[in-house]
Amino acid sequence: MIEVEHVSKIYSGRRAVDDVSFKVEKGEVLGFLGPNGAGKTTTMRILTCYMPSTEGTARIAGYDVFEDSLEVRKRIGYLPENPPLYPEMTIKSYLEFVAKIKGTRANQRKSQVSEAIGKCNLGDVQNRIIGKLSKGYKQRVGLAQALLNNPEVLILDEPTLGLDPKQIHDIRTLIKGLASTHTVILSTHILPEVSMTCNRVVIINKGKVVAMDTPEGLARQMRGAAERVSLTVEGPVEAVREKLSGIDGVLNVEAGDSEGGTSVNYSVECQLDSDLRRVLAAAVVAQGWGLLELRGVSLSLEDVFINLITKEEA
Amino acid sequence: MQNILAIWQREMRSYFVSPIAYVVLTVFLFLSGLIFFGNLREVYQYTMSTAQLGQGAQPIDVPAYVTQSMFRTVTVILLFLLPMMTMGLFSEEKKRGTIELLLTTPVGNTHAILGKYLASLTFLLILFAASSITISSLFIYSHPDWKPILAGYLGLFLYGAALLALGLFISTLTENQIIAVIVTFGVSLVLWLISVFAASATGAVRDVINYLSVISHLDDFIKGVIDTSHVIYYVTFAFVALFLAYRSLESMRWKG
Repeated sequence: MIEVEHVSKIYSGRRAVDDVSFKVEKGEVLGFLGPNGAGKTTTMRILTCYMPSTEGTARIAGYDVFEDSLEVRKRIGYLPENPPLYPEMTIKSYLEFVAKIKGTRANQRKSQVSEAIGKCNLGDVQNRIIGKLSKGYKQRVGLAQALLNNPEVLILDEPTLGLDPKQIHDIRTLIKGLASTHTVILSTHILPEVSMTCNRVVIINKGKVVAMDTPEGLARQMRGAAERVSLTVEGPVEAVREKLSGIDGVLNVEAGDSEGGTSVNYSVECQLDSDLRRVLAAAVVAQGWGLLELRGVSLSLEDVFINLITKEEA
Repeated sequence: MQNILAIWQREMRSYFVSPIAYVVLTVFLFLSGLIFFGNLREVYQYTMSTAQLGQGAQPIDVPAYVTQSMFRTVTVILLFLLPMMTMGLFSEEKKRGTIELLLTTPVGNTHAILGKYLASLTFLLILFAASSITISSLFIYSHPDWKPILAGYLGLFLYGAALLALGLFISTLTENQIIAVIVTFGVSLVLWLISVFAASATGAVRDVINYLSVISHLDDFIKGVIDTSHVIYYVTFAFVALFLAYRSLESMRWKG
């Protein structure tokens, strides 16, 4: 549905986007992840025909964003980083205006507008002036605007920016629901958002794609050669460490900070694909030490992200 | 067409929900009314004084005199006020980021420009309609020839249309309304005063400078003469300005 091939954008000598390529299939939700200033917004602006790329091509639904810009624009819904709102209009009249300029047929306009209002939960405020709304509402009006005219492709630049946790949850659910009928690209720097809503993640840093995989795939890829288990044990530090190291399959034990009193946090590295939690617990309890906490540590997307970004800088 | 209409409608609404339309209307009506009254008084005093001196008063066409001098002053008022009607057309869209909406929906640049331009022309017609109240009072007390008055309005409309197109173009260049209004005013004033320089020039240079002046083409209209060469001047002026606006929007994409 979306094909990006070797796209670069040069702003006054600086490469904001550098040789980016990816594909998004129909019905997929692609997360675009990266620190601020990584080139997410620029890539999205190229895809939405707002600005042309310096090099490379991008196609949406088979249409080139530069050559067939009008055809592309008919097929996309775009929520820019700052929702493009006219503060003096009411939500309803604003959405009607957008429906008109998107070329919605007159007999469908009303139903389109009320559908978008319903999806974004704006029913109670639809006759309020946009300028007087809170950031969260403005963001939702921006999203409603993108949904008008049922575009095949939705391009959302930080859709949950400025929302409260309840609204964030609602919007994520909404985006997941849209995935069946739309193809979605969303950018964010909030990591849990990606693992919750996206099928695939593209991590971009300094204009370059540094990783591209499913959220689970990325975590797996980064986990490397060991499983980790974290324990908090009440007992003599040296003895505990010795005991744990002696267990079959344990590669390394690190004692961490004391949590006050005699309990200490240990980080245990185990062989890959071995679940030693049961064995570790039994060993600690058999010695009469107090086992206060035990959990398997899976590398979160956050660690993956930080790893990739810092590796790039090193 | 639907696009142009939608943009026209939104622009008209934004004129009239903000105080700007009312302020411009009020100032325009106040000033043109004041000048109308002043002109009438002048004529009255002139006839009185000639009568007192015992000379037979020269016959003058009072309505024509009054409307013509009012039209001449209105050109100055428009010079000040019209930049206010165009300053926000694109600069405000750029500042709010709504330009990103216009340029990523199937609205072409041409439609966006035409919709906004038509809105500013509509406002100009509203100004004229409101100011015609003073002039129509002449019809109550005398029998003015309405054709020269109409010609004068046509000239003013063309002159206004040219200035509005210029303002629209300048509005695409900046995201600051104040800059847009000042530059528009400055450029219009240069095109206005250029005829002063013509006086010191000679030959072909003088003709060219005179031709460029936005005001020299207006005189015939005010006298009641519709000369197509003047019509062509204003229409070309507006067309060139709108074309420049189009190019400016295009180039904005490339600059990013």
